[in-house]
Amino acid sequence: MEKEQDKILTEITENDYKYGFFTDVETEFIPVGLSEETVRLISKKKDEPEFMLEFRLKAFEKWKTMKMPEWAHLKIPEINYQDIIYYAAPKKKKQLNSLDEVDPELRATFDKLGIPLDEQKHLSGVAVDAVMDSVSVKTTFQDSLAEKGIIFCSFSEAVKEHPDLVKKYLASVVPIGDNFFAALNSAVFSDGSFVYIPKGVRCPMELSTYFRINAANTGQFERTLIVADEGAYVSYLEGCTAPMRDENQLHAAIVEIIVEKDAEVKYSTVQNWYPGDKNGKGGIYNFVTKRGICRGDNSKISWTQVETGSAITWKYPSCILKGNNSIGEFYSVAVTNNYQQADTGTKMIHLGRNTKSTIVSKGISAGKSQNSYRGLVKVMKKAENSRNFSQCDSLLLGDKCGAHTFPYIHVDNKSSIVEHEATTSKIGEDQIFYCNQRGISTEDAIGLIVNGYAKEVINQLPMEFAVEAQKLLQISLEGSVG
Amino acid sequence: MLHIKNLKASIDGKQILKGLNLDVKPGEVHAIMGPNGSGKSTLAAVLAGRDIFEVTEGEVTYMGKNLLELSAEERAKEGIFLGFQYPIEIPGVSMVNFMKTAVNEKLKYKGEKPLSAAEFLKLMREKKALVEIDSNLTNRSVNEGFSGGEKKKNEIFQMAMLEPKLAVLDETDSGLDIDALRIVANGVNKLKTPENATIVITHYQRLLDYIVPDVVHVLYQGRIVKTAGKELALELEEKGYDWIKKELEE
Repeated sequence: MEKEQDKILTEITENDYKYGFFTDVETEFIPVGLSEETVRLISKKKDEPEFMLEFRLKAFEKWKTMKMPEWAHLKIPEINYQDIIYYAAPKKKKQLNSLDEVDPELRATFDKLGIPLDEQKHLSGVAVDAVMDSVSVKTTFQDSLAEKGIIFCSFSEAVKEHPDLVKKYLASVVPIGDNFFAALNSAVFSDGSFVYIPKGVRCPMELSTYFRINAANTGQFERTLIVADEGAYVSYLEGCTAPMRDENQLHAAIVEIIVEKDAEVKYSTVQNWYPGDKNGKGGIYNFVTKRGICRGDNSKISWTQVETGSAITWKYPSCILKGNNSIGEFYSVAVTNNYQQADTGTKMIHLGRNTKSTIVSKGISAGKSQNSYRGLVKVMKKAENSRNFSQCDSLLLGDKCGAHTFPYIHVDNKSSIVEHEATTSKIGEDQIFYCNQRGISTEDAIGLIVNGYAKEVINQLPMEFAVEAQKLLQISLEGSVG
Repeated sequence: MLHIKNLKASIDGKQILKGLNLDVKPGEVHAIMGPNGSGKSTLAAVLAGRDIFEVTEGEVTYMGKNLLELSAEERAKEGIFLGFQYPIEIPGVSMVNFMKTAVNEKLKYKGEKPLSAAEFLKLMREKKALVEIDSNLTNRSVNEGFSGGEKKKNEIFQMAMLEPKLAVLDETDSGLDIDALRIVANGVNKLKTPENATIVITHYQRLLDYIVPDVVHVLYQGRIVKTAGKELALELEEKGYDWIKKELEE
């Protein structure tokens, strides 16, 4: 009986990544490898103005002098940057009637992922920018948003239509030489989303970008830039998936958020890149730089992330709290199973007076995975009366996984208060049996327990996303106990 | 309803149950008493399907089915309820959510429609009143931070919610003060019907003042060595277990 149960569990585990399909769509590639030529070619493909090319070339020069960071608690196999294709775009079919029209093949792909590109099908009031490989396929609700002065478009479009805004804000939070992957992204990024919420406007719907890697041997390098002008508010969601493949694929993105006085940006991610198979083969390397700045007084940035995918995750969504009374929040659930590795956390840099930050990190490790929280709380001299509260919890399933916490705290004044709490716990066999005895299956029991554990973070997500995240947590851990 | 024949079970190679026989009919209350280490909790765990125990021999038939072939969750859905000696804490999982999942899983198993949120809350209110459990217990996480007595009351509340056919209460009286004991026992008595049966595992006669058994068994060294009416419990209380041990040696 036990064996049969194991068998069922194994089957479920092996089939759990339902986004692993590949769309057979004609794709245009540039030649493999990275050189100045590649950078020029990408810029040319995108028909970019001169300032963008200069930006890219400068970043490329910088990148050549840099080395991959080695301080993370990760074992990263050597990556040959000459083996990667840096630009892949689904080919546009000529017979399409208007520029707005989407290739039915691509539409079907996004439908299958649960992201309808048809505005009529969208009852939930979420505007989507759908990005496949290196290009944005479609951005919905652009017109109705424009009526309020909101700009929501692909990055390529922003470069052409709103060059002044792009020039003003691009790399203002993550400089091109910030780190190895940021420099690489700055040189070769292909698309992404651009959001501008004008003064005093509260964005009436959730904005979201859905990233999809489809083509093989390519890397995805996208860039998101969100600007909330004075008194503005926006809630932004990001989702991502990729086909199942035996090779690893690189995803090195940058997200920059600029929040002016009295404005607020809420950024939520459900990261579900292909994590590799149960033996650790394949999967996405997710090396991402996310940072926001609260430029004005009383501004707020809130990061919420549910990280279940990727073979390796290296990611620290951070807040620079420059404005007085500004607030930074970081809520994270990171799940690792099988051979996944995650080194994730946040940086809260307190510059302004009376700034506040909250960190709630929930790590869940299963299988033979390694899960690390790494966080920095830095309170500068002028950031008087600032406060930070950090809570880092780890939950272990099984005895072959690892959970690690690396908190760094640096306080330069005497009026600020920093608190740090941490716990480590295990899902016990007795908890599972207790649930079983009440008629709850092992999978459902793990789902209940894990979601109970992660509740504080899940509650931060917009409703629709929260339901999705709950299911995802459960699926990611199926077969890890029992 | 339940027939146990020559049941042998072990844990980590150590044999605990050594040929146990027991018959339970609908409507009956059986008390199982016995000294420490005689196998009482093992019997409860084996009936509930805890897989750290290995059944090496014997048969267990429940409602005409081979119980040993069913998983723990199937047994639960078939109407077997184990009142835990040490109820488990599940932080972050609300009692409401936990019970709603359990109740609906059982309904689903029986091919019935799951309860709506409103129906469920109504059921919960009724059962709470029935077993006299404080409202605030059900607003908290499963057993988290509950006192010993609260945990036991919570077991009886869950039993009320799940309406089992066969309830096995493993030392539900241990760690209870006299008021809690009364509440727990009243709960069990109120839930009694002609169709369901209860096996009460206990050390002391005290509980049996409140839950009056039809049959009392003495479990010793992995076997049921004596079976009689409720007067046996009183005799045990008075004389201890030594006379039974002696009787067996003769």
